[in-house]
Parts: sequence; C-alpha cells; structure tokens
Amino acid sequence: MKARAADFWSGLALGGLGAYIIVQASRWEYLGADGPGPGFFPLWYGIVMAALSLFLMISSLKEKAGERIDWSGAGRAFATWAALAVCVALLKVAGFMLCFAALTFFIVAVMYRRPIKVAATVAAAAAAAFYIVFPLALGVRLP
Amino acid sequence: MDVLSGLMQGFAVALQPLNLLWCLVGVVLGTVVGIMPGLGPPATIAMLLPLTFLMNPASAMIMLAGIYYGAKYGGSTTSILLNIPGESASVATCFDGYQMARKGRAGAALGIAAIASFIAGTVGVLGLMLIAPPLARMALAFSSPEYFALMALGLAMVVLLAGRSMIKALLAMLVGLWLAGIGTDLFSQTSRFTFGQMELLSGVDFVVVAIGVFAIGEVLANMEGREAAKALPFPKGVRNLLPTMQDLKDSRFAFANGSIVGFLIGVLPGAGSTIASFISYGLEKAVSRRPEQFGQGVVEGVAAPEGANNAETGGALIPMLTLGIPGSSSTAVLLAALVLWGFKPGPLFIPENPALFWGLVASMYIGNLMLLVLNMPLVPLFAQVLRTPVYILYPIILGIAVIGVYSTSGSLFDVWLLAGFGLLGYLMRKLDYPSAPLILGLVLGGAMERALRQSLMMSDGSISILVSRPVSAVMLSLALLILLIPLFNKVNTWRLRALEK
Repeated sequence: MKARAADFWSGLALGGLGAYIIVQASRWEYLGADGPGPGFFPLWYGIVMAALSLFLMISSLKEKAGERIDWSGAGRAFATWAALAVCVALLKVAGFMLCFAALTFFIVAVMYRRPIKVAATVAAAAAAAFYIVFPLALGVRLP
Repeated sequence: MDVLSGLMQGFAVALQPLNLLWCLVGVVLGTVVGIMPGLGPPATIAMLLPLTFLMNPASAMIMLAGIYYGAKYGGSTTSILLNIPGESASVATCFDGYQMARKGRAGAALGIAAIASFIAGTVGVLGLMLIAPPLARMALAFSSPEYFALMALGLAMVVLLAGRSMIKALLAMLVGLWLAGIGTDLFSQTSRFTFGQMELLSGVDFVVVAIGVFAIGEVLANMEGREAAKALPFPKGVRNLLPTMQDLKDSRFAFANGSIVGFLIGVLPGAGSTIASFISYGLEKAVSRRPEQFGQGVVEGVAAPEGANNAETGGALIPMLTLGIPGSSSTAVLLAALVLWGFKPGPLFIPENPALFWGLVASMYIGNLMLLVLNMPLVPLFAQVLRTPVYILYPIILGIAVIGVYSTSGSLFDVWLLAGFGLLGYLMRKLDYPSAPLILGLVLGGAMERALRQSLMMSDGSISILVSRPVSAVMLSLALLILLIPLFNKVNTWRLRALEK
C-alpha cells in the first residue's frame, strides 16, 4: 500500500470519528445558564478533527507519487497481537501465570522458531520469576 | 530568619543520622517505584502514610519527599531501556532515550538522565529556598484563562514534536483530547462517549494508553522481523556506558532549560511535570542546531525533559507549602500528610515551622546527591537488561505491561483496552502518526476543558477573556506563533522553489 492511500484511509477513519464526535456532542447541552455544557468542547474538537481529516484525504489524493509502506512483516505483528488478545481473553478462566507462560511459549517457539525445549524453559522460568517478583515480593495482585 | 541561617538550621536537622537514614530509604524506595510501571509515587506515599504517624514529622516528611523526587529519577530507567514510561512525565524521555538504547548508548542515556536530574533537582531546591514566598504569590494570579492558555501552549508544542506531518500530529492530539473526554463530565454528570460501558464512566487511564501505545506498539513493531532476534546492542566500552564529555557539552543548554522550565511550571499549581517535560523538550528542539535528529537518539532530548521533570518537584512544593494548594496527586498526598500531622500549610507555614521547612530543603540537597551517587554506579547494572535476547525480553515487556495496568485499576477491561491501544500504537507507527501528541492531548485534555469552561463561566460566555488578560494573551499568541511557523516555512519553501523555476 502506498503512503498516500494509507493517508486517505486513515483520514477517512478519523473523519468518521470526527463526525461521530460532532453527532454525539450536538445531543448534549452546548451553552447553559451556568456556562458551557458538556457538548461545548467536544463539538469544537470534533469539527476541527473532521476538517483536518478532510484536508488529509484531499491532500493525499492530490499527491502524485509516494513512498510504499512495508507491510511484509505485519503478519507477524498481527499474529503476536492476536496471541496477546487470546491471552487476555483467557485471563479470567486460566489465570495470569498459565496465560503468560503460554504467550511466552508462543513467542519463543512460533514467532522466533526456537527449539521447543528452550521455549518451554523460558516460559516456565519467566512465569516463575513474575510470580516471585510481583505477588510474593511486592504483594501485587495478578489478573 | 534569613536564608543562610535557615539553611544552617535545616542541615542541622537533615544531617541527623536518623534523618539521613530516612532520606536514603525514601530515595531508594522512590527509585524502585519510578522503575515499576503502574506503581506511582502517590500510591506509595499514601500506602506508607499510616506508618509515618509513629515518626517525627520532619523525618517522615524527609522520607516521603524522598519517594516523590526519587521516583522521578527511577522513571527514566524503563523509558530508556524498555520504552515503557512509568508515568506521564517520563513519556518525553522515551523519544530519544529509547533510540539511544537502540544504538548501544543506553548507558550514556541513563547517565545523562541521572546528571540532568541531579542538576535540575538541585536548581529546584535552590528555587524553593530562595524564591518560594514571592513566586507563590505570583502563581496565585494564575486563573482559569491563564491555565487554558498554558495548556494550549503545551499542546502547540506538538507541532515541534510533529515529525513529517503537522496535520497528522494535530489529528493525533485531537484523538488524545477525545480520549480524555471519555467518562463522566464533572460539571453536569453527563456520561460521554462511554458506549454503554460502565467501566468507561471513570474515563480512560493514562497508564493504559501510554503503556499500550509505547511499549506494546514497540514490541509489535519489532516483532515484524525474525532476524531481529538478537539482543538490543549492549553499550561497549566506558565511552558508551557513561556519558562522554561531548555528551555533557551537548547537554549544557538542556540542563539549564530543563531546570528553569521545570521549576517555573512546577510553581503553577496543576500544571505538573508532564507539561514541564514536553515544553522543555519542545524548547530544546526549537533552539537546537540539529532539530532533525530529535527523536533519533540525541542526548539533549533526554537531558531536557528529565531535568524539567525533576526541577518541577522543587517548584511544586512551593504552592503546597506556602499556599496549601497541591499541584499534583503526589503533592496532594504530601499535603494530606502535613494536615494529618497537625500542620497548616499556608503563608504562615514557613515562619511557624522553620525546622520542618528548612530541614526538608536541606534533605533535598542531600537526597539529590544520594540519588546521583546511587544511580551512576547502577547504570551499568541497569544496562544489563539489554543483554537479554529479544525473544525473552518481549514477553517480559508484555507481562509487565499487563501487570502494570491491572495493578493500577484491578480491572480486566483495562487490560483489554491495553491490548487495543497496543494495536493502535503499532498502526500509528506504520501510518506515520506521531504518538506523543496523542498522549499529551490525553493528559491535558480534561484539565484544558475544565479551564476553558471555567473561563467562559467567569466571563458569562465571552471568549474575549482569553485574550484580554495579558499573561493568557501572551501565551496564546506564542501558541499561535508556534502553529504558524511551519506554515511560514512552507510558504517560504514554495516561494524559493518558484523563484528557482
């Protein structure tokens, strides 16, 4: 994807957010007897956001050439994020120690292709170290 | 009582062996608290408050203040080594500190942060000692319009931090303002942008956004290449393990800038160390001979915000002690401690309690020296973190991020938000949106809206109040000028190109 296309789509998304802010803010009181209401400030930054987004979209369309954004490694980043999201989803059921060990194992074994033994050792050691430092030594509650 | 005799009396109090011990306990605890993300000085001071009831008030105050300014030293460590800002004031240190670490200069960055903290911390104490009462009276002249203008000036600084696109920086800042607006409006109790989620009624915590955007975003960006599985470069040789003479020379203006800006902003109740560190960073970049290198690992980019962050502590104690107005959550807890011990912070506090005030001032000199002596030898030890292979380091960063957020709020919803902001941080990197304006917008958004609405209440809805008061008018003009300078530069570039053609 070229940078100007990325600018267009991100501008569109932010323009949508600006429009949402304007619509929401217009439902709240703008100026009351006591002064500005809850809709006053959001309405103005919503308008500015929508205007700047439009400007970004138009200027991206006017741009003739642009750099390419390298998305080749993005799959690995999204896979790591997905693993983190699964870990967060399972926190309530499995607890932090198990989820964190599984996430560590995934990163070491799958993302960095280290041997299974190394991954298992790193996962177990990291989880144990976290347990010693946070709940035991510092009294911090784990999720 | 003149300053010199007051200081002599203060050193007599601070140099008592027991007070030296409490000062050491405070600064060590503060450093540890600063390193741990999510565990801030206000929480630590509040937790230790019940223990201080058995102590002499001077000793207790010396220890609690030690935690307060010690945390500022510690905050730089995780910002530089892991790109995790422990608190909002450490965000500006991440920009160049982490880049220095990536270039194998983590030791120099940590060293310069410690030196800047020492110099600025000492300047802050000097200021506290010499000009506390008159400056505090001047700060009283600051009302809502001036605070709004000050925050507008802080936000205008985003242009200087903007990177390649001013539009994208402004858009990121506006997203930060929107995030700050999520939750219950304190004036009208209206819930705004909560999407029907109970958890959002109290707003979005800064820690969640900062750790998500900076730490998790960075981890995701680094995960892109498997070949990067080697450790981050470890500082080689003494030259990279500690700051060089050239680093000190390059940072000499940053030391002064950070000290003065940090102290002056600290005196203003409510302005805080975050805005001080951002303004100081922006100012440093504006006057630098190499502004294009900021954000890529220049030593002044670490010295200025770290200095401001520490000088602010001396400044922030002025309105707290002489006016009874706390400028931050940490000084609010310190104020509560003073009240609980039976003192009345206000204009009569210094004349009525000279031993306590001057003892505190003297202990801050000693504490800053202790911190420098403690932190400089620890630099090589902290830098060892970089020897850890990234396939071990990255899961640890993710784990610390999750625990840091959960320990702050105790809410799994916030952990979900953390993951969401991590993805946002990664996408912002990919799409070339700067993250600093988003964080600054979030930090200042709530206070800025409050100041604007209070200003308009004062003037019955007339916006002219913002420009009719001299201090506010000057600051708003400066903010406008900062926003317009890049525009003039662009027009000038077009003009020169047209002339060439």
